[in-house]
Amino acid sequence: MVGPAARQAPDDAATAVPRRAPDEAAPAARRTPAYDVAAATPDPEIPTLTIEDLGILRSVDYSPGRGTVVTITPTYSGCPALREMAADVQARLHRAGFERVTVATQLSPPWSTDWITAEGHRKLAAVGIAPPSAAPQRDGPVPLTLGVRPASPRCPRCDSPDTRLTAQFGATACKSLHRCTACGEPFEAVKPI
Amino acid sequence: MSTPDAGFDPDDDNPYDLLAEDHDAGQRWAFGTGFTDPLEGIDTSVPDGLDPGALVRYCLALGDDALIYSHRLQQWVARLPELEEETAVANIALDLLGQARLLLARAGGIVGQTEDQLAFFREEKDFRNVRLAEHADRDFAELVVRLLLLSTWRLALFESLSAPSPAGRADPVLAAIAAKGVNELAYHRDYAAGWVVRLGDGTELSHAKAQAALDTLWPLAGELFRPDPDAHPFIPGGSAGPAAFDAILDTVLAAAGLDRPTAAPLAAVGGRAGRDGVHTEAMGYILAELQSVARAHPDATW
Repeated sequence: MVGPAARQAPDDAATAVPRRAPDEAAPAARRTPAYDVAAATPDPEIPTLTIEDLGILRSVDYSPGRGTVVTITPTYSGCPALREMAADVQARLHRAGFERVTVATQLSPPWSTDWITAEGHRKLAAVGIAPPSAAPQRDGPVPLTLGVRPASPRCPRCDSPDTRLTAQFGATACKSLHRCTACGEPFEAVKPI
Repeated sequence: MSTPDAGFDPDDDNPYDLLAEDHDAGQRWAFGTGFTDPLEGIDTSVPDGLDPGALVRYCLALGDDALIYSHRLQQWVARLPELEEETAVANIALDLLGQARLLLARAGGIVGQTEDQLAFFREEKDFRNVRLAEHADRDFAELVVRLLLLSTWRLALFESLSAPSPAGRADPVLAAIAAKGVNELAYHRDYAAGWVVRLGDGTELSHAKAQAALDTLWPLAGELFRPDPDAHPFIPGGSAGPAAFDAILDTVLAAAGLDRPTAAPLAAVGGRAGRDGVHTEAMGYILAELQSVARAHPDATW
């Protein structure tokens, strides 16, 4: 696990350094006690990852009218986990002594896998899920990828680049299915979006 | 758990315990989302100068397309030839259901109804989906050809709705819903296109079935480009236009070796079609399945 998990210097364009959300440049500035409590909320589908690791937590603010305002963003429109996460964030903050808590949704800009943090990438690889490559940057209409073999990620077990896509859709909305040609391992990957 | 290096404690964060936790003061409605508003915390005021009626009707139209088509795709689950196709179709149906929730919530917030009231308690004549969304697929070829037609059209439409043009931003909430949908629909279209090429360029039998599916569905595709007065505030010209749709479709059909049909669009009834609440016979059966339990037990909770 050490090899792929530590891999932070991808060697081809398809896995170039991810874009970061604008506010990720200065994480220290947004750390508050309420932020830390909210940030530790696990993702219900992959509980080793937090909503901060996944880039789902957008901000934690305070307003006199609404109390602590936690802003989260759905990964996919139909993500069934969003509501559980919102309820969990609320419960955690209540337990930590924050009495008035509002969990707000934010749709724009839409969530991107580029918002998954370096820590998120490390944790995904550690549980055998290939982290996403950089999300497609579009300037103009979305191109049809007919006949183009999509880049398949490195095997999270043996780190071989020789893997193939077996299905574009997996057990959750955010994942695709792959198989390693070198070691035979079937694995999931987070789809770049 | 608040430090980045803290280990994962299964006793603390068992996802099954989290799911079982009581977050709803003991009650969830048994049939709908039972969720909080999917637009919670979003500024849902209608922008000045925008006709709220047009916004409601247009969000219902796009929401109903997604709701009814999602239901049709769900009916395929457990009937598909391979597990991978099951998960793909279920995922696509889930994405569309999510889009439907957001769009119905957008419309419902303006007229004072919840997404569940709109989904479960409207009558057939009030549903605004295009008739192609309600079609019952006869076989896998119809499933993937219909998905190609609908996802290609909807993706082009959502790209227009989320474009940084003044029209594309007439309603910031609709623009944000569309921008999210673009990323999802791109995967739907690629999946459908891949299968249409595989069938069309496959065996003699698969080719014949793919061509037959295209010929069957083609008359229903014309409705996608009927002028929609409600779309004018959001899309220049009131329609995403067939040009983008045609370019993609022709590319796929050429790769698949399929002929573009020439059949005329299915006629409207007295000038009225799906957007006007005039549907095919299939629609009543869908609503019966979709709505009957919620209507029989409207107050049930769990």
